[in-house]
Amino acid sequence: MSVVIIGIGVLLALCLACGAILGFAAVRFRVQGDPVAERINALLPQTQCGQCGYPGCKPYAEAIAGGDRINKCPPGGEATIQALADLLDVEPEPLDAEGGEKPPMVAFIRETECIGCTKCIQACPVDAIVGAARQMHTVIAAECTGCDLCVEPCPVDCIDMIEVGRDLQGWAWERPLPPGRLIASDAERAA
Amino acid sequence: MSMPKLWPMPGGIHPSERKALSNREPIAQPPLPARLIVPLGQHIGVPARPLVGVGAPVLKGQKIAEAADARGLPVHAPTSGTVVAIGPQSYPHASGPPAEAIVIDSDGLDRWVPLAPSGDYRSLSREALLALIRDAGIAGLGGAGFPTAAKLATGSRIATLVINGAECEPYITADDRLMRERARELVAGIEILAHLLGPERVLIGIEDNKPEAIGAVSEAVAGTPFMVVSVPTLYPSGGEKQLIQILTGLEVPSGGLPADIGVLCQNVGTCVAVHDAVLLGRPLISRITTLTGEALQRPMNVEALVGTPIKDLLAFAGLDERRLGRLLVGGPMMGFSLADAAAPVIKTSNCLLAATPEELPAPPPAMPCIRCGDCAEACPASLLPQQLLFYAQGEDHEQLQAHNLFDCIECGACAYVCPSSIPLVQHYRAAKAQLREQADRQARAEQARLRFEARQERLRQAEARKEAERQARAEKAERMRAAQAEAPADDPLARLQAKKAGVGDEVKKLKIEASMAQVALKKAEKQLAAHDTPELQAQVETLRRAAEQARQALDEAQAKQAAEPAATPTAAPDLKKIKIEAAMLRAQIGKLERLELPDNAERAELERLRTALGTAEAQLRALEEQAQPAPAAAPNDDLKRAKIALALKRAELKKAEKTGADDEELAPLRAALVEAEQALHRAEAASGRPAPEHVLIDKRPVSAEERARKTERAYARAELHKLERDPAASPEALVAARERLARAEQALAAQPLDS
Repeated sequence: MSVVIIGIGVLLALCLACGAILGFAAVRFRVQGDPVAERINALLPQTQCGQCGYPGCKPYAEAIAGGDRINKCPPGGEATIQALADLLDVEPEPLDAEGGEKPPMVAFIRETECIGCTKCIQACPVDAIVGAARQMHTVIAAECTGCDLCVEPCPVDCIDMIEVGRDLQGWAWERPLPPGRLIASDAERAA
Repeated sequence: MSMPKLWPMPGGIHPSERKALSNREPIAQPPLPARLIVPLGQHIGVPARPLVGVGAPVLKGQKIAEAADARGLPVHAPTSGTVVAIGPQSYPHASGPPAEAIVIDSDGLDRWVPLAPSGDYRSLSREALLALIRDAGIAGLGGAGFPTAAKLATGSRIATLVINGAECEPYITADDRLMRERARELVAGIEILAHLLGPERVLIGIEDNKPEAIGAVSEAVAGTPFMVVSVPTLYPSGGEKQLIQILTGLEVPSGGLPADIGVLCQNVGTCVAVHDAVLLGRPLISRITTLTGEALQRPMNVEALVGTPIKDLLAFAGLDERRLGRLLVGGPMMGFSLADAAAPVIKTSNCLLAATPEELPAPPPAMPCIRCGDCAEACPASLLPQQLLFYAQGEDHEQLQAHNLFDCIECGACAYVCPSSIPLVQHYRAAKAQLREQADRQARAEQARLRFEARQERLRQAEARKEAERQARAEKAERMRAAQAEAPADDPLARLQAKKAGVGDEVKKLKIEASMAQVALKKAEKQLAAHDTPELQAQVETLRRAAEQARQALDEAQAKQAAEPAATPTAAPDLKKIKIEAAMLRAQIGKLERLELPDNAERAELERLRTALGTAEAQLRALEEQAQPAPAAAPNDDLKRAKIALALKRAELKKAEKTGADDEELAPLRAALVEAEQALHRAEAASGRPAPEHVLIDKRPVSAEERARKTERAYARAELHKLERDPAASPEALVAARERLARAEQALAAQPLDS
């Protein structure tokens, strides 16, 4: 009988000790923020365009962590959806956007038409537009994420979104046809 | 020539060499091209910025574009002539897109700019020497085009300088001919590099299929510590990392640079270019290029000016268009097909291969990988090419990185041995590009994220600052209100009023009186000085007395004020102050009442203000009651009453006269008026005030008839004036008007003023 009591007592003491350690660890080593949202955010293209319906990439990352769909990011495209599907271990879905996947764009201000209203500067999420009131504005192309948030506020419609072309530095070899494919289809030739 | 120990290189292949095609003829000078296309980007890095405009005359060797960044290189004019265009031109590249270039029409004179060779480079500082090499626009001539000065400037200590004369790729003989013909310049160039780097040893690696070159260089290095090493012919022993491994046994770490293991490698052509730049002052404007292939009638090496169109060179070598199958820039292993023969030779173009279809047949269709493993055996970088192929096809970027895709030197040995003819290198190139693009995208995303977060933080701080200011203002206003409520005496307005009304009032009045008396006295004295009459003397005497009295009164008042400086505010200022306070309270209450959705503090404040207002209003009423039964000062009462009585009597008399009352009725009224006047004089005397100076003039009203006559005269005069001013007036009317005036004046004179 005493063996049983001793056993129960020992186990109880063990449980209490472990519980105390776990409770302490939960407070002491608490992780700030949501680590899953951070990892999702790292996969998003950070254009901050708001096309997903959230004000920026981080809010969308938090929404995905909270259970939102992963196919709402047009700038990221299929690659981002695939990466998110891999990370979250869910099935990839087709992109949920009207125009589908868009090529990378960059904003361009037709400088002769700019009236210097600073509206686009306030709209730019990454401060990629320089200028001052009643002075001409221009886009720092290297910093522009192509989110096109500056296009709508422009009162004189002097902002164009231009597709980013490939120069010699950005040129890349094309992938050859997979081995075993003796005949290239017309579609592949055209591409 | 001693034979130092050699180390084996992993992998490698023995393709057919085909070097004898072009290595028999000495280096030729092709004719000066009529038009040269000089691309701005001929090295790895940012293209240069043009320094000349269209139409500018240029001399051979003149700098026409400057380096765009710290690692960039300038571009020099290859011959004298005129700049005819700056813009996109065809460029020797696998994809054939145009690139920015300066187009020069040569004038045929080939005139040099004045050259400034530095005779004794040993006296120059390291920085000056590197700047010299950089300013000469020297990029690695082996093929990659890495800026030489940047490579030489690597900080780490260099123990071994390797000079690369291996030239392992089939067909190419440019370095072979260079070493044979310019061994002395080569050694001089190596001496400059050795001076710069201070290595323990210098190894010149030359493949053993170039005995003439080995002989010539060995001869030239006699008397120097440099060592010529004959390395076995094996493709790709001429790769930088491979040659280092063969000569030193050291392997460049994955993802590292040769400098990490204390080794630096330079091509023989680069050494000659350094010699030209430092000892002759010539910038890099030409290079040795091999023109070879079965489609050429006279394969050879030429010293081609940078910018010479490739088709000009091929024509010089006797290109047979009918036999041409593929035109390659570079060798058959690593070169690329050229789409447009109008593209120019650039600093990295070491070979132009015009091959016949039999010579370089089109690759057979790729078959599936059979996992034979030949590629792994051939790989000089000890990679696993078939694994890399599968990962490249599956776009498994993590595995590609894990299998060190970026250590692939794209030599093509794996594809050469592949029995399935799989274009492995193309797969790796595409995969590398994809990985680079992904990394670039990631970097851009990270940059965008940082900028976005920085912006959010900035906006948040601006908002917080604004909020703090708003709060500070509100607190200040709150403090002001509290101070007002607690210490009303501190109210500047009240203080001002107290000063004005209470203390200064009496004294001020006395002051004015005193000064007025003084002024009157002065005036009278002046008059006295002018006409000395007894009346004036008496008047001056009175005035002097009055002035003295006034001054005394003033002195007394001032003394009294000084004795009690904090004079208690009189009733009147009190009243005023409380009135003001009540009005302010009312305004505050109004303001608070207008607030939408007041919070608790504001509601409490409103309640407090209302109570304060109630108290203030009660005080006000009490004070007003007190103030009313205390009208103006008593002594002056009688005077005033007398004045009022006089005015009443006068009005009565006037009224009676107007109504046409007769003398009996008027007489008592007149007597009453006189009586009132006397009463006023008495009152004035009793009031103790100085008697008014003026004498009352009794202005009796005029009679009705007299007024009628006066009016008639005024009308007559006005009419006459009017007629006189009017030039169109008839003389009769004028005469009549004059008569009328005369009549009126007569009538007035006949009836004198009745008093």
